[in-house]
Amino acid sequence: MNRLLPFEWIAAVRFLREGRLQTMFIILGITIGVAVIVFMSALLSGLQVNFLSRVLNSSAQIQLLPPDQVARPLRGLGRELEDSVVQRPAQRIVSIDQWQKIQQRMLALPGILVAAPTLSGSALAVRGDASRAIGLTGVMPESYFRIIRIPNYIVTGKATLASDEIIVGTQLAEDLGATLGDKLNVQAANGNAAVLRISGLFDLGNKAAIERNSYVSLRTAQSLLGRAGAVTTIELKISDIYAAETLARQIAAANPVRAESWIATNAQFFTAVNAQKSSNTLIRAFVALSVAFGIAAVLVVSVIQRSKDIGILRAMGTTRGQILRVFLVQGGLLGLAGAIIGSCVGIGGLVWYHSLVRQADGSELFPLILDRQLFIVTLILAPLTGLLAATAPAVRAARLDPVDAIRG
Amino acid sequence: MELKGIRRSYRLGKKSQIEILHGIDLVLHRGEFLALMGPSGSGKSTLLNIVGLLDRPTAGEVFINGEDTSKLGDADITRLRGHAIGFVFQEHHLLSAFTAAENVMLPMVVDHDFSSPAIIARARALLGQVGLDHVADHKSMNMSGGEQQRVAIARALAMRPALVLADEPTGNLDSEAADNVLTLMRQINRDSGTSFLIVTHNLELAKRCDRIIDVADGRLVMPTEHLEP
Repeated sequence: MNRLLPFEWIAAVRFLREGRLQTMFIILGITIGVAVIVFMSALLSGLQVNFLSRVLNSSAQIQLLPPDQVARPLRGLGRELEDSVVQRPAQRIVSIDQWQKIQQRMLALPGILVAAPTLSGSALAVRGDASRAIGLTGVMPESYFRIIRIPNYIVTGKATLASDEIIVGTQLAEDLGATLGDKLNVQAANGNAAVLRISGLFDLGNKAAIERNSYVSLRTAQSLLGRAGAVTTIELKISDIYAAETLARQIAAANPVRAESWIATNAQFFTAVNAQKSSNTLIRAFVALSVAFGIAAVLVVSVIQRSKDIGILRAMGTTRGQILRVFLVQGGLLGLAGAIIGSCVGIGGLVWYHSLVRQADGSELFPLILDRQLFIVTLILAPLTGLLAATAPAVRAARLDPVDAIRG
Repeated sequence: MELKGIRRSYRLGKKSQIEILHGIDLVLHRGEFLALMGPSGSGKSTLLNIVGLLDRPTAGEVFINGEDTSKLGDADITRLRGHAIGFVFQEHHLLSAFTAAENVMLPMVVDHDFSSPAIIARARALLGQVGLDHVADHKSMNMSGGEQQRVAIARALAMRPALVLADEPTGNLDSEAADNVLTLMRQINRDSGTSFLIVTHNLELAKRCDRIIDVADGRLVMPTEHLEP
């Protein structure tokens, strides 16, 4: 016996040790509960980070676009509207007015890491008899590739963009029967055409993207699309990705541009993330509740089994407070033991599952995130749950009448 | 210890109640060795619980060491019970999770902790006194009935109480073990001056006490008999 511990601790440990089988089963129950919570929380964190990185690696966090072109209704001399129906005009490709100034202004703002101008338009890629409609994006690689990490997705070749080079998706190359180093005839709708050599093939893991997307240098795109000196988008990378929406609103308010944050453009993704979080929270709450009821049930049984012991202790002068604490300590210890073992089991399960499930390309499905905070919170909450669950049985034990208890 | 006009009644349902003790007056002097006899249901155990401050009378007063316990709250009653009264039950009621020595130490850990050398020494000494120092580290389940009851007596003496209450202390023992236990209690009574109030059905045991008090239908049957000088 560790005689340095207070009586309540020694009695609690002895009672738990004596009801070995009962203690073992409830610790097993708590362990499973805690393991499920740890496993699910860490798994969902990993999946969210993975989804997030996928979204942010394939799109900018804020996009600055030219303002919408709106029709001005015709008014008569008396300023009355002459037409009651105003038709929305077709949105022509227009440049962001004074985009260089805006780019510099963006880079001067705190929290903005990169500002990359791009020009986008449609074109036709022709090789021999094959032709495909493509989305052409003209970029400055040194800034754009810091936002959209195309070099990370290059499967063949390099992410270089000289004036006669083009980077295309693997599916587009396959459809055109082209490969690295082959030349494509790229024709814009305005009749401009250029012969460009494939410098790299990328695979973003998204069929639509690898079928249609292609990247050329900004000057090549401006020349092909007949928009000399123009850019249609300034893409921004920011330090706090969750501040994107606020920052976008501030930028739109202070500049003649539309600003769209990744949060607004991926609203569905956020709905999914929130739904996931809600369901995870619900599951965790129900698991914690069932663990708490498990602890309470075992301790209620323990109080009944030990009523004579409690009566004897009370007869010998043990206070109600001491009896109360004996059972509270038991609840806390059960929670703590379950939390420690459950966390280890949860981590073990996660590591095993992480090694087991892979994406089609063999890469990890989700990053292994073992957040220290999760374990600290678990190690605090589980014993706390045990304490709370033990309250009712402990109060019952403390209230036992010694005469009735001894009589059994 | 003095009882004045002790009455104890219990509710039976919502309206009726039954009185078990009907105004009991009793004085137990320091160093007395007293037997309480009577048929089952006569109120012996109820009286013992009231004397032991485990139960409160419906009416009347209990004085322990001159202190009127009827005015004390639960915490003070518990403290007084722990310090002034020791209990020996028919079943030994040792805590199976603890060793013999630890069981003896239990009443003392209310005020101290298990690490106190004084407590450890006292538990060993008491076990020595009841002839069980060799089983100090044994769990109760590994001891005979007589040994368990002797450990229970040692535990009852742990706080040096003025009064030990014993409810059928030899009821579950064979005659030899019963004799040993009674001899031990009697010896402690003589050596330390601790008063004993023993509830028993055993007339032979009762005859070895200073006085026998008969309880019948919740009343003391007078006069009490003085047996041993």
